[in-house]
Amino acid sequence: MQRDVEGIRDCAADRARIRKAPENFLGAEEIAAVRSGRRDFLRGALLAAAAAVGGGRAAAAESASQGEDVILKPQPWSTSLGQPVAATPYGMPSKYENTLLRRQSPGLTQVAAASVSFMPLQGMFGIITPSGLHFERHHQGWQDIDPSRHRFMINGSSPEFIRKPKVYTMDDLMRFPSVSRMHFIECGANTGMEWGNVAVPTVQYTHGMLSCSEYTGVPLRTLLEDCGADFKKAKFVLAEGADGSSMTRTIPIELVLSGEVLVAYGQNGEMLRPENGYPLRLVVPGVQGVSWVKWLRRVKLGDMPWATKDEAVHYIDLMPDGQHRQYTSIQEAKSVITSPSGGQMLLDKGFYNVTGLAWSGRGKIKRVDVSFDGGVNWVEANLQGPVLSKCLTRFNAPWNWDGKPAILQSRAMDETGFVQPTYGQLREARGRRSIYHNNAIQSWKVVESGDVSNVQVL
Amino acid sequence: MSRFSKTALALVAALAAAGPARALDDYGLGRAATPAEINAWNIDVRPDFAGLPKGSGSVDQGQTVWEGKCAACHGTFGESNKVFNPLIGGVTKDDMKTGHVAALMRPDFPDRTTFMKVATISTVFDYIRRAMPWNAPKSLSDDQVYAVLAYMLNLAEIVPDDYVLNDQTIRDVQKILPNRNGMTYDHAMWPSTVFSGKAVKPDTHNAACMKNCKAAPEIASFLPDSALSSHGNIADQNRRFGAIRGQVTGPSGAPAGAKKTMADLAEASGCLQCHRPDSKLIGPAYQEVAQKYKGQQDMAGKLFAKIRAGGGGVWGDVEMPAQTEVKDEDLKALVAWILNGAPTNQ
Ligand code: HEC
Ligand code: HEC
Repeated sequence: MQRDVEGIRDCAADRARIRKAPENFLGAEEIAAVRSGRRDFLRGALLAAAAAVGGGRAAAAESASQGEDVILKPQPWSTSLGQPVAATPYGMPSKYENTLLRRQSPGLTQVAAASVSFMPLQGMFGIITPSGLHFERHHQGWQDIDPSRHRFMINGSSPEFIRKPKVYTMDDLMRFPSVSRMHFIECGANTGMEWGNVAVPTVQYTHGMLSCSEYTGVPLRTLLEDCGADFKKAKFVLAEGADGSSMTRTIPIELVLSGEVLVAYGQNGEMLRPENGYPLRLVVPGVQGVSWVKWLRRVKLGDMPWATKDEAVHYIDLMPDGQHRQYTSIQEAKSVITSPSGGQMLLDKGFYNVTGLAWSGRGKIKRVDVSFDGGVNWVEANLQGPVLSKCLTRFNAPWNWDGKPAILQSRAMDETGFVQPTYGQLREARGRRSIYHNNAIQSWKVVESGDVSNVQVL
Repeated sequence: MSRFSKTALALVAALAAAGPARALDDYGLGRAATPAEINAWNIDVRPDFAGLPKGSGSVDQGQTVWEGKCAACHGTFGESNKVFNPLIGGVTKDDMKTGHVAALMRPDFPDRTTFMKVATISTVFDYIRRAMPWNAPKSLSDDQVYAVLAYMLNLAEIVPDDYVLNDQTIRDVQKILPNRNGMTYDHAMWPSTVFSGKAVKPDTHNAACMKNCKAAPEIASFLPDSALSSHGNIADQNRRFGAIRGQVTGPSGAPAGAKKTMADLAEASGCLQCHRPDSKLIGPAYQEVAQKYKGQQDMAGKLFAKIRAGGGGVWGDVEMPAQTEVKDEDLKALVAWILNGAPTNQ
C-alpha cells in the first residue's frame, strides 16, 4: 500500500524550515493583540523570537563545526544516578507531557458538574485511550464509590420477565466467567457544536468526546440468565446508575442477546476510573456513550421503552420538520484526521504521516480514503491493525506537502458498505439544528504558512 | 444452555463429593433481592405510568417547593439559563391542541425548553424524583414531586392556578402535553426492529468516488477568529516536539512549573462549580461576599468553618455542601483571597 515513496524521497532534500516552532515568548502587548483578534503580528513575533530563543537548531549553531552540544557534551541524565524503582508507585507521565490534557470547551455548558471534558486526540497514538485522558461527560458530578458497598440489582417490570430478581456484590460479579474486549465509546453529541457551522478550533473540541479502551466484565446476558430472564417476553432493558443523576437509558434486548453488552469493571487492565463509572459500568458497543451507564446499580427488564429524561428531552435528534427522532443510539461510521489537524501548524514542507481514526457502531471499518484537495480526488489510506468491530481503527496516509494550500479530509466505509457522509449530504437529510450524531466528513485547511484550520466543505 | 466445558463438568462432578452439589445452570452467585430492596430502587416511571407512586400536590404547594429548592438554579419562572437550559417557555395553547410544538419548526426560534420537547409527562416526574434538586437528589417526597411538577405545568400555562396533580390527573396532563406527538422512531439509529417491524436504512448515501468527484471544493464555513483565541493557547495543547506544533493563539497558560493563580486553586478545589468571582452562580459571587463582610473582624475564621461544614441561609435557601476535600492551608488561602475581593490575577 506504499504510495508516493519516490516523491517523498525527492522532497526530503535539504531546505530551510518555513517557520520556527512557537515558544513561550509572548509579551503583554502581543497578548493584547491576540485577545483583540489581531493575529497578523504573530508571524513577525515568531520571526523575531526565532533568533532569540534557543531551540535544537539554535543550539546546533553554537558548535556547528563539530556537532550538537547535546551529543558532544555529557548530559545530566547520562552522568548521574537516576530514580529508584517504585519512586512513584502509580507511575505518571513525563513532566514534559503536560500539554495533552482533558479540556473543557469554554461556554459549552454552564456548570462543571454537568459538563464535558474532551480527549486530546491531536497528539494520541494507536487506538487505546490512556484511562487518565478518557473523555468525561457527567450529568451530576462524578463519584468514587466504595466497591464493598456497591450493589448491582436485576429486576423486572413484571415477574413474567424474570423469575429471580437478584442482588450481586462486586465479589459475586468478579467470580463470573469474564471477557475482555476493545471498543470505542463516543458521546452522541460528539461534533455537536459543528452542526450549524464551524465553531471550535481543534480536533480535541470537534471530536474529543471519543475514547477507546479494553473493557473487562461479564456479558449482561449471562447475568440475566442467572436471574431466570424470559427473553421471549422481555423486549427492553433499563440500565440505571447509582450516582445523583441515577442516569437511566433503554436498550433493546437484541443487543443484550448478542452477548455484546457487558457489565464491566475493568478498563485497560485495571479497574475502571471513578470518572468512568468505578466500580461498575455498562458497555454497549456501537451505541452512544450515554447508554453506557456509569456506576451501574440496576438493570430492569420490561416490554416497553422508558422515555427517560436522557432519551426523551436530550439525546433526541431534531429534524427539519420539527419532529425529534427518539431512541437514536447507533453511532454511524465516522472518521477524522487527528494530525495534522485544526490549530496545528506545519513547520516545514515535505513528508507528513497523515494519521487519524475511523470507527463504526455497526461493525468493522473496511476502508478509509483520504483527500488532500477537499474531496475532488481520494487515495486509500493504510489501515493499521488490529481492525476490530466497534473499535477505533487507526489509519495512516503518506503526504508530501509542497507548501501550497490544501484541504485534508478522511472518509470511512464500514463493513456494511455505509460511507461517511459529506456535510452537504448530512444537512440535506437532517437539516442543521440537531445536536447529535454529526458524522460528517471533517475538513482541515492548510495554508502556505503551514497553519491548519477547521473549515466545512459541502 | 450450560456454560461449562466438558472438562469443567468433569471437575465439577469430581468435586461434588466435597461439598453441596449445585445445579449446573446456576453459578451460585448473588442472592435473591428482598421486596424492600426492590422497592427502594425500583423508582422508574414509564410513559404508561407503570411505576407511578400514589400521591398528590397542588400548584400552590408546588410554588413553595419551587421557590425553596429549585428557583435558585432554574430562575423564578424556570426561565434561567445560568445553571442549565430554560425549563419553561415556548409553548402555546395551539400546541396543546396539535400535540406538536410549532416553534420547533421555526429555524429562527432559539430556545428549546424542556416543555417544548418532552412528549411524555412521566419523563419529567421520573427525573425530578430521581435527580432533583441537583445538589440534593432524591430528597423530595412523592407529594413534593407532584406539587412542584404541578407548579411547573402552571408556569408553562398547561394547567390552571388551582390545579391538583395526582396519580390520576397526570394522565389528563399527558393528553394535553404540547409536544406529545413530537417524536418519531422511523430511523436507522435505533439498533432494533421492534418499533418499525423491519430494519430501517440509514438516511445518508455517500458513494466512495475516488477521482474527479467534483469540480472544486465548496467551503461553506470557516472558523471565526474569535473562536481561535477563545480556547486558550493552542500551542500549549500540543506537544512542543514532534511532527507538528500548535499555533500560538494566546498567552502561554502552562509553561512547566508556572505559578498557579488563586482562581486555579479555587477551580481545582471544586469551588468554581458553584461560585464565580464576579457573578452569582449557585452560590454568591466572591466579590459580593467580600463586599458584605468588609471591615468585619474574625470573618476569616468564621468563613473557614462555614465552608468546611457547609450550610445555607445567608445568601438564599440553597445550601453549600460541606467542603471536606480542601486542605486546611488551601482553604485558608482561598478565604483570604475571597475576602480580598477574589482578584483573578492573583
Ligand atoms: C443546584 C442547582 C439546581 C437546583 C437547586 C435544581 N436544579 Fe434542576 N437542574 C440543574 C441542572 C444542572 C440540570 C441539568 C442536569 C443534567 O445535565 O443532566 C437540571 C435539570 C433539571 C430538569 C431537566 C430539564 C431538562 O430539560 O433536561 C428538571 C425538570 C429540573 N432540573 C427540575 C428541578 C426541580 C423541580 C428542582 C427543585 C425541586 C430543581 N430542578 C432544582 C440544576 C438544579
Ligand atoms: C455545590 C455548590 C457549592 C460549592 C461546590 C461551593 N460552594 Fe460556597 N456556597 C454555596 C452556596 C449555595 C452558598 C450560600 C450559602 C448561604 O446562603 O449561606 C455558598 C456560600 C459561600 C461563602 C459565603 C458564606 C457566608 O456565610 O457568607 C463562601 C465564602 C464560600 N461559599 C466559599 C466556597 C469555597 C472556598 C468553596 C470551595 C472550597 C465553595 N464555596 C464551594 C455553594 C457552593
